[in-house]
Amino acid sequence: MVYREKSKILGEKEIEKIIKRLTHQILEKNLCLEEVCLVGIQRRGVFLAGRIKRLILEIEGKELPLGAIDITLYRDDLTAIGPVPQVGKTEINFDINNKVVILVDDVLFTGRTVRSALDEVIDFGRPKRIELVVLIDRGHREFPIRADFVGKNIPTSSSEIVEVRLKELDGKDEVVILEEDA
Amino acid sequence: MGEWQRKHLLGLKDLTREEIEVILNSAQAFKEISEREVKKVPALRGKTVVNLFFEPSTRTKTSFELAAKRLSADVVNFSSSGSSLVKGETILDTLKNIEAYSVDIFVIRHSVSGVVFYLSQRTTSSVVNAGDGQNEHPTQALLDMFTVREKLGSLENLKVAIIGDIYHSRVARSNIWGFSKFSSSVYVCAPKTLIPKYFDNLPCKITYSLKTALDQAQVVIMLRIQKERMKERFFSSQREYVKYYSLNEENLKFLPPQALVLHPAPINWDIEIASSLKEKVSPLILEQVNNGLAVRMAVLYLLAEKKSYEVVD
Repeated sequence: MVYREKSKILGEKEIEKIIKRLTHQILEKNLCLEEVCLVGIQRRGVFLAGRIKRLILEIEGKELPLGAIDITLYRDDLTAIGPVPQVGKTEINFDINNKVVILVDDVLFTGRTVRSALDEVIDFGRPKRIELVVLIDRGHREFPIRADFVGKNIPTSSSEIVEVRLKELDGKDEVVILEEDA
Repeated sequence: MGEWQRKHLLGLKDLTREEIEVILNSAQAFKEISEREVKKVPALRGKTVVNLFFEPSTRTKTSFELAAKRLSADVVNFSSSGSSLVKGETILDTLKNIEAYSVDIFVIRHSVSGVVFYLSQRTTSSVVNAGDGQNEHPTQALLDMFTVREKLGSLENLKVAIIGDIYHSRVARSNIWGFSKFSSSVYVCAPKTLIPKYFDNLPCKITYSLKTALDQAQVVIMLRIQKERMKERFFSSQREYVKYYSLNEENLKFLPPQALVLHPAPINWDIEIASSLKEKVSPLILEQVNNGLAVRMAVLYLLAEKKSYEVVD
């Protein structure tokens, strides 16, 4: 299938503002930063979590632990997708017991990725609470899952693709909607 | 990044360099799982792995068993002693009988070269070669390569010396195929009687001098003298072998300081390696065991998850 760019939803400036707002919302809800840690979902969630970590350091002067998880081995659709996906790195080298884990991802869609991520986080310990931050919520949930902090809600049709591009991986910051080229 | 499309893992001879890299990259991710408190992921939940060992093995079997369990697969171990093989059942009938339980992956070891290939052609399940006769032992070579890549950062343009019982070693053959695909030069070194004639046709250099083999080698793979397979005499005395081919303090000096010494274990101390080097070489050899687990998890994962698309073999 060939996809073409339908529209650009967010640019660099807007993404920067949204991440700042999300960071402040996280800080507003979590007064005791000692118990907070960040975990990004591979791959773009990890970079978003990294940006939130830097902002918190700037604002509060506190450095939060940052981890990464790859949910490939926890998926429920392994045999349904194309060739075997390469397994990325999972790295949580701090104790999450009784901590507030802030889970970060770029796009919230069906909720299946988040379901897998919750399973994986729980294998590392028993957090006090898990909160979910997403840059984009595009709807079409298949599980009873919602995000605690949402950057932007974007109504989409299920055939469209929402692509988040970040400087760290893609050279620029933007969010675009792709649609199938008929 | 490359993709995995194969149904079986029979040897490194047939694999491309990219396919080897897919396994090694995946193994990197699997290594982390064994460092977690809950050393288990649900990737192979509902899959069945059968260890079909027609030849004694503790290490490889344990490693495959643990690898499958850490991926949440169900594992059945079969060993030929105490089985219906004793009653005269053929290996193919044995395989077919177990296959009837809807097995996803067979991990097979047999003392005759080619048997694993033979069985792979006659089953609908995936097959991993866990060592067939003197042919190949791909996961051992993959774990050697994984260890080398991790320690030296690359598999390119290395000098790799394989020393010892080349004749009986499937590990040597798998390593020759594997390392040569990364433009590394592989030297095999042993008494003339322990290097078969057809090695001229393999991508390796043959030498009978330990010094030539060791000189500036970044990787040394010492092989066990497999007395149990020696029905005839391959060298005049053990003392003579030790004198010319054993790794000791003296000839270790031919190696650059960062050189790696690997051994597929079990080691005959004071035959292949002087026991005075025990403290020096043991840590890495034990690390290999841990890496072997990660590599086998990667292999099982890649083979288990390919079912629904076209299969290349």
